[in-house]
Amino acid sequence: MTEEIRQIIKNHGRLPIDVDTLALDADLYQAGMSSHASVTVMLALEDHFDIEFPDLMLNPTVFESISSIEAAVSELRSKAEVS
Amino acid sequence: MPGQRPASADQAALLSALLEHDLLIETGVPGVYGRGGVFEDVREGVAALVTRAAAAEEPLQLRFPPILPRSDLERVGYLKSFPHLAGSVFAFNGTEAQATEQQERASRHEDWSEFQEMTDLVLTPAACYPVYPAIAARGALAPAGLTVDAGGAYVFRHEPSGDPARLQMFHQREIVRIGEPHLVEAWRDAWRERALELLGRLGLHVKLDLASDPFFGRSGRMLMASQREQQLKFEVLTQIAGPELTAVASFNYHQDHFASAYGIKLADGATAHTACLGFGLERITIALFRTHGFDTVAWPAEVRQRLWDR
Repeated sequence: MTEEIRQIIKNHGRLPIDVDTLALDADLYQAGMSSHASVTVMLALEDHFDIEFPDLMLNPTVFESISSIEAAVSELRSKAEVS
Repeated sequence: MPGQRPASADQAALLSALLEHDLLIETGVPGVYGRGGVFEDVREGVAALVTRAAAAEEPLQLRFPPILPRSDLERVGYLKSFPHLAGSVFAFNGTEAQATEQQERASRHEDWSEFQEMTDLVLTPAACYPVYPAIAARGALAPAGLTVDAGGAYVFRHEPSGDPARLQMFHQREIVRIGEPHLVEAWRDAWRERALELLGRLGLHVKLDLASDPFFGRSGRMLMASQREQQLKFEVLTQIAGPELTAVASFNYHQDHFASAYGIKLADGATAHTACLGFGLERITIALFRTHGFDTVAWPAEVRQRLWDR
């Protein structure tokens, strides 16, 4: 899943740096992702993983690194499997 | 069509009083009013107060009509952030037979929108929007950047409401700072204090608070959270008609949002940052009537002195 998330950030995050070299816990906003770009990343993640982020997750801390995104996506997918 | 925001009892009573005293004039559409002479006298007094407060910065004076090229609204992504507030100008472009049919439907107050086509114009949603392309067209900025006084233009927000402090068409008295990030931030910080003092001296009980714009939809929730986390927007709030406090001025740090869209460059070629401050002239005017009463002759001498020097 990590590589899928990295690819989505590459396609939608409009980062001025090489996303392949980003550490998993690197701050994407500090790396140059704008708030508008983070929204596009959020929508692309929903589309790709067939999930919907609940309102409480619609805040920048959830989307601030590859690992935080992975944690959120995993949580939503495990909930989807249970229900 | 979105429904109208209902007014609280306090808001409805204030609207009735403003209409009764001929300060606002009913048009039949919620949030769209004419203004009486006394109302305008106060509104212009507040606008002039802001002009004097900004004079030391020797801002570039620019004025624009309350319509904007549609391409500008499209370029800054307004329809992504605030599709629910935008107003677009449509016009008839058809045959004589269609004109007849349009008139027949219109005379019965039925839907005649199928005969209308989009034009190149939209209603200006914020008084600073026309400033950015105009400044970009002048080339790279001087090292100290630039302050622009955009005057007090009419702006439009499609949000019909029974609250007299939430108008669809109102005057935004805007000043814009363009330059290096640290200069722009320092300017925003200085004006936050200046605005609190300016409004406080008019006898209004004001406080500053962190704020966010009413971005649309689920994406909007993220943008609002992000805007708050980065502390990009502040508002001066006062009690007009309850229950909530009402914002009467806002300070907005856009970072490079507008400068990137139009290519506004610093002297060294880097992209500039921008910030704007906007005073809601009608809201301040209504707050003054609410605070000091409907007879301006009886207002405190200090307030009259500040507004009109008389």
